[in-house]
Amino acid sequence: MKMEKKKISVLLLLFVLVVVALLVSMALGQYPIPFPLPDQKDPMLETILFEIRLPRVLAAVMIGGAMALSGASYQGMFRNPMVSPDILGASAGAGFGAALAILFSCNAGEIQVMAFIFGLLAVGLTLLVSKTISRKGNMTLILVLTGMVVSTLFSSLISITKYVADPDSKLPSITFWLMGGLSSVGSRDVKLLFVLFLVGAIPLLLVRWRLNVLSFGDEEAQGMGVDVPKLRLTVILASTLLTAACVSLCGLVGWIGLVVPHMARLLVGPNFKDLLPASTFLGAFFLLIVDDVARCAFSVEIPLGILTALIGAPFFLYLLMKGKKGWT
Amino acid sequence: MKLEIQHVACGYGKKVVVRDLSVEVNSGEVLCILGPNGVGKTTFFKTVMDFLPPISGEIRLNGECIQPWSRKKLARHLGYVPQAHIPPFPFSVMDVVSMGRTAHLSAFSSPSAKDLDASYAALEQLGVCELSERIYTELSGGERQMVLIARALAQKPDFLLMDEPTSNLDFGNQVRVLKCIDSLVKSGLAVIMTSHAPDHAFLCRAKVALLYRENRIDVGSADEVITEKNLQKAYGVDVKVADIGIPGGLRLKTCIPLLHSVPVDPWESFRAALSAEHRPSECFIEACR
Repeated sequence: MKMEKKKISVLLLLFVLVVVALLVSMALGQYPIPFPLPDQKDPMLETILFEIRLPRVLAAVMIGGAMALSGASYQGMFRNPMVSPDILGASAGAGFGAALAILFSCNAGEIQVMAFIFGLLAVGLTLLVSKTISRKGNMTLILVLTGMVVSTLFSSLISITKYVADPDSKLPSITFWLMGGLSSVGSRDVKLLFVLFLVGAIPLLLVRWRLNVLSFGDEEAQGMGVDVPKLRLTVILASTLLTAACVSLCGLVGWIGLVVPHMARLLVGPNFKDLLPASTFLGAFFLLIVDDVARCAFSVEIPLGILTALIGAPFFLYLLMKGKKGWT
Repeated sequence: MKLEIQHVACGYGKKVVVRDLSVEVNSGEVLCILGPNGVGKTTFFKTVMDFLPPISGEIRLNGECIQPWSRKKLARHLGYVPQAHIPPFPFSVMDVVSMGRTAHLSAFSSPSAKDLDASYAALEQLGVCELSERIYTELSGGERQMVLIARALAQKPDFLLMDEPTSNLDFGNQVRVLKCIDSLVKSGLAVIMTSHAPDHAFLCRAKVALLYRENRIDVGSADEVITEKNLQKAYGVDVKVADIGIPGGLRLKTCIPLLHSVPVDPWESFRAALSAEHRPSECFIEACR
């Protein structure tokens, strides 16, 4: 019971941390925000705060949370702490959709829609192929292997798109899109993202206790009364929705789904009941901070995907070397 | 409570591994499934747990066919104790045991304080409360087996299905697990287990299903089924089944494998050659042996 209380206070603390980071991030940027805010209306200030910074900060919170949440869920479902949310091909698919849209000179909205659809398509393909291959076999392993194949397939399709793209205009914009970033996020995008976030995150958070049981393997989970195929489909659909929504909005931002669940595990332990909310808050916090660095550290914005990898990879190594409880 | 396995054939797809097995298990009984490696013990086990659909035949619980049952309903009657393995995440022992409560929870909820009490009671029943604060992945094999049994007990089943509960355990832990099975059965549970040790069937006074190659099966009490002849047939090795006295004035059978195959009686021909009047005494023959 004492442990329970400690975990709840950790979760509360993380939530407060996200809110504080959100407020601080609003104040950060090239345009200085006076403190305290001036009494009279300043249209310039309002536009910057509510049209530019607020959508961006909210997007960072939701994308970071969503990536970490789906990563943690996948790690439980695939019974493997080295799994990230793009394992079934969602990111590669979305990347190809976006590259294709850029190739055909689509506008920003169309690029997002294409990325989202192709992200879902890639995972759909993975599911379809796995279903055909596995006859009562080890579904988890077949899913991972098929996911790798589909990812590779879509990565090479991205390369083909790049290869045929106009090297002066299209190629740079494809490359830049793939590096990821939140600079183009507007308030309409954030509303849409919010809806998708809720649709994906709520089912995952609801079934989170059952992820514990699922991490012991299909048969044991069935023996404990869990309808494994149904639960697995729920987790895959919800995570895919989250991943595709994130990638279509901010490009290929990796490492959050892999690293953040491990940090969360160090804080609240492996029980998914606490791990999923903790991962969500921590992911939100992590991406907020990284995005702040991306837009404030230099006069030119650094692509987000580069930064998350640059921070995530060494941190992952650090965790590996520490090799504490959170692992095996 | 009665689990009836009626003319069940099981296997993967069209490949039949076990053919026409009929056996009945009641509360307070142990069914021990014996047989050589690869004969279909695990397949049969998976069929009873409904991980695999039976190719033909029926499994009935109190007269009701279990195939159409939901996982949840099944889990409230059949508790599964797998072979201990290490999960990828370092769950606490209480987390692991309370996972057994899942069958009693609604789809979207986590264990309540009441469920945690039931989980602790399961550990208490096995006399391993001191494990409750530990991390499951850091336990020894024997302790892990106990936690898995506790998890199945927290499920409050009528039948406990144990997949080789004594494999990979040291001698002391094997005995501890058998003692625990014995006390559970006395408390009214029924246990179905697969095993590689015929001795354990004698120890638990179990009903035995002995599976041979080529789909032959013997079902009956341990005394009836575990004979020198049947063990030879099933495992292809010579075994002596001895009946020995144990403390408490009881007798217990045990299987002793014979490493060097011996002819039926080497002294038979020698004895026949001697005439009746020159026959040496039995003690002399014993001494010569």
